[in-house]
Amino acid sequence: MNLALRDIRHNLGRFLLTCVGLSMLLGVALAMVGIYGGVVDEALSLARGLKADLWVVEGGTRGPFAEASRIPGDAREAVARLPGVTAAGSVTFQTVEARHAGGSGNADTPDEDTVREQAGEAGRSRVGAVLRMQVVGYELDRPGGPPGILDGRGIAHGRLEMVVDRGAGVPVGAMVDMAGIGFRVVGLTTRAVSASGDPLAWITLRDSQDLQFRLRPPAARRALQGGGGALPRDTVNAVVAHLSPNADVEAVAGEVRRWKHFAALTAREQETVLTSSLVDRARKQLGMFTTVLLLVSAVIVALIIYTLTMDKVRDIATLKLIGAPDATIVALVMQQALLLGAVSFAGATVLLFAVKDNFPRRVLLGPEEIAGFGLVVFVISLLASLLGVRYALRIDPAQALGG
Amino acid sequence: MTMLVELAGIAKGFGQGEARVQALSDITLNVAAGEVVGLRGPSGSGKSTLLNLVACILEPDAGVLRLAGETVWEGKWSRADLRALRREKIGFIFQFHNLLPFLDATDNVALAMTLNGVPLREARTKARDLLDYLQVGRRAVAMPSKLSGGEAQRVAIARALANHPQIILADEPTAALDSERAQVVMDLLRQVAREQQAAVIVVTHDDKIFSRFDRLVSLRDGRIEGEHVSP
Repeated sequence: MNLALRDIRHNLGRFLLTCVGLSMLLGVALAMVGIYGGVVDEALSLARGLKADLWVVEGGTRGPFAEASRIPGDAREAVARLPGVTAAGSVTFQTVEARHAGGSGNADTPDEDTVREQAGEAGRSRVGAVLRMQVVGYELDRPGGPPGILDGRGIAHGRLEMVVDRGAGVPVGAMVDMAGIGFRVVGLTTRAVSASGDPLAWITLRDSQDLQFRLRPPAARRALQGGGGALPRDTVNAVVAHLSPNADVEAVAGEVRRWKHFAALTAREQETVLTSSLVDRARKQLGMFTTVLLLVSAVIVALIIYTLTMDKVRDIATLKLIGAPDATIVALVMQQALLLGAVSFAGATVLLFAVKDNFPRRVLLGPEEIAGFGLVVFVISLLASLLGVRYALRIDPAQALGG
Repeated sequence: MTMLVELAGIAKGFGQGEARVQALSDITLNVAAGEVVGLRGPSGSGKSTLLNLVACILEPDAGVLRLAGETVWEGKWSRADLRALRREKIGFIFQFHNLLPFLDATDNVALAMTLNGVPLREARTKARDLLDYLQVGRRAVAMPSKLSGGEAQRVAIARALANHPQIILADEPTAALDSERAQVVMDLLRQVAREQQAAVIVVTHDDKIFSRFDRLVSLRDGRIEGEHVSP
């Protein structure tokens, strides 16, 4: 006869109400875990999406995601000639605030409803809206391009076309204005975001160099009047390389490191840079919030169980008096704490999965994270029940006697 | 005549130094199988302390306590040993029945049996038989909150009898009942004592039931003041 279950069934309403409250609290804690997962995934999204085995960057730097890196565009030729390298491409990265400029004037131009429909889950952008994006410039048919096209096509004939993540909320056929230059969206990708969560956009290397280095007419005039010429425009942030499957990536990287003014990062080193520097603060912040929330949850579970135990003083005293062993008493208290934790954990998981797509940041929870969180809730419930167990074991059976 | 409860020279005090209160002094009392003994006395006379001693909740400072042939507290008695003794040999009836509110009448009775190792299904069958015996079988699946005072007390008596105890301790079992139901409960206790050859000790203030005891022991200031034997 399971006394804990029978007691819960007797006070089911109160128990479920308590579980709902605790579910919300645990849901927030679980959301923190999921947001951290999303931050890590987003941080690595760009680096992984480019599928580069090797990153060649400016000497003395840790690459374009950690600090400024500028190398000459012709470095790609040298990298491509290295033994083991199958392909190499120059890439640039810049964060821009663009403007959704509506359609192109063609008959294909979608109306706003179509814009929202095509843009899908994040299609909140209206014509005229400011879009913050990270723009990747790449060489057509070389490494560095968009990982996969969900809708539309890739950049085909070069200039003034762009592929953008659907998170930006602009549809295929829309025009996007960046620094006075109009780009036509020809394709959409999905789940391609920068380390800061901004959607990614791909344009040709040439266009990106124009965006980054071309002076506006007044500035160009001032530069000429000052005796300076135009800035060198064949500059890129990195060269990404694909290696043959049997190539030793460390050996190739070592070769590059011997060159003057260049550094090389393997794919793993690039991910380490991203997770250790860019994600580290988020990890600490979210970790702290999660810890605080779990501690609060533990205190609440402890207080609930303690109160439930106090409500049962006479019952527990009676049980002791009629000869119930300590194990029966401990099981009564501990099983209730574990059930409270288990039901609340299940509620928190269901609640979070129901609302996670409405979070402003991506919430990424895999089976491992959920199982790990469940284990933490189990331990918390177990520890929190100790206060109630201690109280229950101290109840004097004599309390069952007398009025 | 088999003596099931034997107290010889029992003394118990609480506190230390000047604050010490001597709750019981030199108590000698025997209760035989089949006998129903009442304990009466004013507040502070030591009735509850005496009941707690016989229930093995308190350890006496002096004297010998023998329950169903076992000398309690002689040698090492762990808390588990004392609970096992209570579980197997003592049945308890309380003033406010103390039924577990989350178990129905049957399971309240069956619980006492399962604690003693009886399988649940068998315990439930026996519990229903016991409830029938105490004429409350039709309320077998009722929760305690749905039982009247008299019905709840009968279920509590059934729980006390669940493991066929040799000793039954009742603490003011009729205090919450009207006089008619109080007489019924006392009749039941007398019937149980006779049929199961159990020793029954009842602590009471209820003068309406004084005539239903085989012996009525009066306590005052922690001592036995007198005994009245029913004709």
